Amino acid sequence: MTDTPPPRATGWQTATVVEVRQETERAKTFRLALERPSPFRAGQHYVVRLTAPDGYTASRSYSVASAPDDSGEIDLTVELLDDGEVSGYLHEVVQAGDHLEVRGPIGGWFVWDADAPALLVGGGSGLVPLMSMLRLARRLDRSHLVRLVVSVRSPADLYYDHEVPGPEVRIIYSREAPPGEARPPGRLTAEDLRPAPDPASTTYLCGSAGFAEAASRLLVDVGVPVERIRVERFGPSG
Amino acid sequence: MARPGTGNLLRVGTPTRGFFGRGRRPPGDRLPPGQYDTGADWPVLSAEVTPRLDTATWTFTVDGLVERPTTWTWDEIHALAPSSYSGDIHCVTTWSKLDVSFGGVSVDTLLDIAGPRPEAAFVLARSHTGYTTNLPLADVTGGKAWVVWDYGGAPLPAEHGGPARLLVPHLYFWKSAKWVSGLMLLAEDTPGFWERNGYHDRGDPWLEQRYQGD
Repeated sequence: MTDTPPPRATGWQTATVVEVRQETERAKTFRLALERPSPFRAGQHYVVRLTAPDGYTASRSYSVASAPDDSGEIDLTVELLDDGEVSGYLHEVVQAGDHLEVRGPIGGWFVWDADAPALLVGGGSGLVPLMSMLRLARRLDRSHLVRLVVSVRSPADLYYDHEVPGPEVRIIYSREAPPGEARPPGRLTAEDLRPAPDPASTTYLCGSAGFAEAASRLLVDVGVPVERIRVERFGPSG
Repeated sequence: MARPGTGNLLRVGTPTRGFFGRGRRPPGDRLPPGQYDTGADWPVLSAEVTPRLDTATWTFTVDGLVERPTTWTWDEIHALAPSSYSGDIHCVTTWSKLDVSFGGVSVDTLLDIAGPRPEAAFVLARSHTGYTTNLPLADVTGGKAWVVWDYGGAPLPAEHGGPARLLVPHLYFWKSAKWVSGLMLLAEDTPGFWERNGYHDRGDPWLEQRYQGD
């Protein structure tokens, strides 16, 4: 468990969309300038709330993809879900200059401060909070502390594809591999996660519920103690 | 990049441009504010690896400020008077699931056996994984809370907390500790896992008590 003190309660604020980037066919990153920036930790999330003219609201949580810095801006990467009321609006309507209500940062468990070894395991959109961690490690020149294993269906499904590759990163393609990839396409295996991380290391696992279940069993097979694994499951929430 | 000036703060609650919403429901709504109906889905949310617990060695304990600290085995707890819940559940991540049914034993039955002492006012639920969550005692008594092992007539799946979980359906679902191993009765409120990480000590979905300070 953790001894982190509870984060201060943060209220709603209005953020300005300063940039929208298409990451993949179904994922966009929204760069938000916060009205009241506050420090956050890699792995935390914000809640986005949409309000209709009659006062009806819809809220969803999105992980921050950017590393903590003092820019006062955060990147939220949003996967477009089928029938997603919020993700659909964000993808189809929002453009630079728009305002969005947000609340955060939230979460004190699935966080990493680049001060201890970490194994990051992500599936698909589960890369988002891990990307904040990877970016933080690289910016602080502490890449030696971190190892990322990310599983995607095909090269076209990899978020931040120009930025992710590096000596500390292993990309697993489950359905379709790029030309020249030695590993044949296939689901994540225990072999992909070896060598077992240092016992002092914490493993951060993020993905769909199905991916998280499968990957957590593989991690245990590889010898990672259950209590060293922190899981963030992305449910079907629009 | 442009930064919004602090001199022209936008009013929170202003309609979002171009958003009209399609999650609305008719009056008489069973959904608490800010929740949506997840339909047939039941999202799995937990911060831990799903444990595989053997019912042959499973136990449930009520201790702390009680007259008779008691531990039940799987068979012993099944021998108590059965009790069930049919209704809705609400997760803090904004999904609600309507018309679910669980079977198990009422927490009242367990507390009647253990005998809460007069000074007991809170409980800390704990799990076989080490997860904890805190609740006012009044929220787990009076027919409001269960230890359940049956979901819709079948064994509760491990990813949803099986073999047995706490069920406190009138509060956000993180209070319904998966893989529950016991309840400790306390005189003072002691934050559990998510509560130490910024979530609300009570978690009433109708009051939107999501985070500390709500």
